[in-house]
Amino acid sequence: MNFEYTEEQLMIRQAARDFAQRELIKDVIERDTHSIYPTEHVKVLAELGFLGMLVDPKYDGGGMDTISYVLAIEEISKVDSSVSVIMSVNNSLVCYGLENFGSEAQKEKYLKPLARGDKTGAFLLSEPEAGSDATSQRTTAEDKGDYYLLNGTKNWITSGNTAGTYLVIAQTHPEKGHKGINVLIVDRNTPGITVGPHEDKMGMRSSDTHSVMFNDVKVPRENRIGEDGFGFKFAMKTLEGGRIGIAAQAVGIAAGAFERSVKYAKERKAFGTELMNHQSVAFKLAEMAVKIENARNLCLKAAWLKDQNKPYGYASAMAKYYAAEAAMWVTTEAVQIHGGYGYVKEYHVERLMREAKLTQIYEGTSEIQKIVISRQINNDY
Amino acid sequence: MSILVYAEHRNHKFNKASYELISFGNKLAGDLNTNVFAFTTGTLAREDLKTLGNYGCNTILHFPQDVSDDEKQLSRIISDIASERNASIVLIPHSFRGRAAAPRVAIRLKASLAQAISGYPVSLKPMVVNKRAFSGKALIEETLVADISVLTLNANTFGLIENVVEPAIEVLSIDAGSAATRVIQSEVQSGKVLLSEADIVVSGGRGMRSADNWQPLEELAEVLGAATACSRPVSDEGWRPHHEHVGQTGKVVSPNLYFALGISGAIQHLAGISASKVIVAVNKDPDAPIFGAADYGIIGDLQTVLPRLTEAFRKHKSQS
Amino acid sequence: MNILVCISNVPDTTTRIKFTADNKSVDYTGVQWIINPWDELALTRAIELKEAGKANKIMVISVGNSTVEATLRKALAAGADEAIRVDAEALDSFSTASHLADAIKQYPADIILCGIESSDYNGSSVGGMLAEMLDLPSVSSVSSLEIEGGSIKITREIEGGRQQLETALPAVLVVQKGIAINPRIPSMRGIMTARTKPLKVITASAVNAESQINSYDTPPQKSSCRMIDPENLDELVELLHKEARVI
Repeated sequence: MNFEYTEEQLMIRQAARDFAQRELIKDVIERDTHSIYPTEHVKVLAELGFLGMLVDPKYDGGGMDTISYVLAIEEISKVDSSVSVIMSVNNSLVCYGLENFGSEAQKEKYLKPLARGDKTGAFLLSEPEAGSDATSQRTTAEDKGDYYLLNGTKNWITSGNTAGTYLVIAQTHPEKGHKGINVLIVDRNTPGITVGPHEDKMGMRSSDTHSVMFNDVKVPRENRIGEDGFGFKFAMKTLEGGRIGIAAQAVGIAAGAFERSVKYAKERKAFGTELMNHQSVAFKLAEMAVKIENARNLCLKAAWLKDQNKPYGYASAMAKYYAAEAAMWVTTEAVQIHGGYGYVKEYHVERLMREAKLTQIYEGTSEIQKIVISRQINNDY
Repeated sequence: MSILVYAEHRNHKFNKASYELISFGNKLAGDLNTNVFAFTTGTLAREDLKTLGNYGCNTILHFPQDVSDDEKQLSRIISDIASERNASIVLIPHSFRGRAAAPRVAIRLKASLAQAISGYPVSLKPMVVNKRAFSGKALIEETLVADISVLTLNANTFGLIENVVEPAIEVLSIDAGSAATRVIQSEVQSGKVLLSEADIVVSGGRGMRSADNWQPLEELAEVLGAATACSRPVSDEGWRPHHEHVGQTGKVVSPNLYFALGISGAIQHLAGISASKVIVAVNKDPDAPIFGAADYGIIGDLQTVLPRLTEAFRKHKSQS
Repeated sequence: MNILVCISNVPDTTTRIKFTADNKSVDYTGVQWIINPWDELALTRAIELKEAGKANKIMVISVGNSTVEATLRKALAAGADEAIRVDAEALDSFSTASHLADAIKQYPADIILCGIESSDYNGSSVGGMLAEMLDLPSVSSVSSLEIEGGSIKITREIEGGRQQLETALPAVLVVQKGIAINPRIPSMRGIMTARTKPLKVITASAVNAESQINSYDTPPQKSSCRMIDPENLDELVELLHKEARVI
């Protein structure tokens, strides 16, 4: 057992912190208010190598471990989760999926530019009538021999418009149920793709969320990842890892709100003394600290298991569930500590609260995580 | 034994910091029962040179060739004179050129160096001085081990002590040697009060809201005869030039009076202003940390407070 | 053109500084160490010059025990090519400069960059001392550095303005804010390549300090701030005039 970070992990955390605290913080309120996509910041993320930090260097990635990834996502999410979600989707869904299940040719052609951050990736699973229930895919990928013919609509797609590469989950053999599902690599510029309007969200407003429509889109057969019918398993495997990224994001949101609350509690006076000296506030901060520490440790454990090539689905579900719930609670209490100031944008905590809400919903709702956890319990005990 | 003061001037006139340093040297000379020499370089009129006598300097060593631009040359000449006059303490202003020359002088004289001391030494034998450290977060007391001490002093840390004497002026003819550096171009603003030397500094922060709002601040500075300054976000935004940035990575100032207008008081800013004698803060946020560092505070909007402040000082000036 | 950047390892500037119970030293437990901010700007400029093809090799050097190696590796990750640690205790500016001077005799460079001060002891001394010990020209308060062919152009700040200068090389440049805008953040690739970059440790001869810190203290707290009614600013003028006596 060792709770020490390595020098390199600390260096990566510091790099992410410097980037977040120097660059991201500047116009974050403006970007959130007007839903402005962080184009320049994503460029810098790419230059710093954060967009493909988990990918093997032979595919132009950073070759870093998942612990470092968790630390980096946390730091960036303290300031702007619209940016960290782009990083999370690109790293732990798109790049991870391609690197682990793609062919050499697919890695060469599609993984490398994504790992370098020349392009960003999007993961197209959710549908208007299939969010958490990934088995009931209505999007179809009809087998036409040389190619698949893709038809249907995908919803809530992070980087839906800006992504250069889509990983699309679609049904090829409806009679086989989830065993008939495939995953296809689709170039964003393929004819027949229509991107819906930018979703006007409650939080993470500057990430680029869209619905994507496919109308007779031809996808070459060689763009299928894995064997015929591998799609559902692919989605479940990648989402296991994706949860670690979102859990780390939730930790960051909570930690960001906590740090602001501590600062505020030590500066702001009420009834003649700093808020920190009021037990009602001090105890809240203590509870926040415990929840954040718990969430971070769960996250790090899941990351460690992944780095050790051990099963981590159970741990990542726990991490995502707990961190999201903690983030929601911590940010709500952070607004409370800030009082009226907490309710205005200038103090950031209301935004963090809006962002926290999404971590309970996407990449598997809190309820879905409890299903994963309880099934495992049922299995193990 | 003697005390040597390097007296700087700007536009051929000595500045207050030089008179302050002479006052300081004169006090040291009194306490050590020795003499204070001033050394200066460059073109200066005799009557200007003699003004150093107003603060107790008996002997002024004048080298008419200006060698102040080359650090190596300047420090060699200062140290040669210090050796020749058997100086046990060399005082140098903590200006751009002064602080650059002081370490070189110290090495040449095998002296101990203390830059930017906080005031008169705690003890002279051995030499014990107080200094700020950790960018104002700590005060340290330091013993200078060597027989000779080189000390630099920020403006306004000691004050002026008038003591009029008739000084002897010695014009030096020494071999200046050659300079290793060459100045291609100098741009010096004239007429403006220098931040490093100002008795009063009027400084604006992010609360000023935009670069266009500086006119009323400059008006206040003009009424007070103050230098203008700003916080880091302001210079980062390009609202004001970088040389006005006061704070940990910018300038450390030590005026008698510092106005912090719309500056929240981040720890990095406080590091640059904590040596100020009196701080007046204006901020609309009653919880701004600047009020923890200020002596006088006004809670209010700058758009209304600033013109009123200017008016109040203008009235005071016309009355006195 | 080779550049050597002298690096000081300092506590994170946002950390609270605590002293030991006897007030005779700093309590460094829990302190996060960083590259001195001015040294980091110097390093950033050196990297920019290398990326622009104007400089060849960038070396970084620091005096201290093995704890400074993390900081040196961060410099390597940011883009320096080689790191040197002088295995000695930095007792004061003089001992630091002496150790650096000895090491630089073995590892010469055309341009030696030092930050204008360190954020711990704010001594503003090492650069100038080093230059004198090496008998090199120095230029301080440098806010811009350009390399053109075999020579360099420098801008430095002076009272009320600035100067452009040329200097013979090698030279020591003591740099301040402006030399680079934002410190370079190490990239994943940089962190990866830093694993195989050389970090040499060299032994040092004994050097005595020229100064000695007797005690540390926290600056006196300001007595509470007196609030003035914005409707009655004459009161402020009166107080500044009669009570504080500053106008």
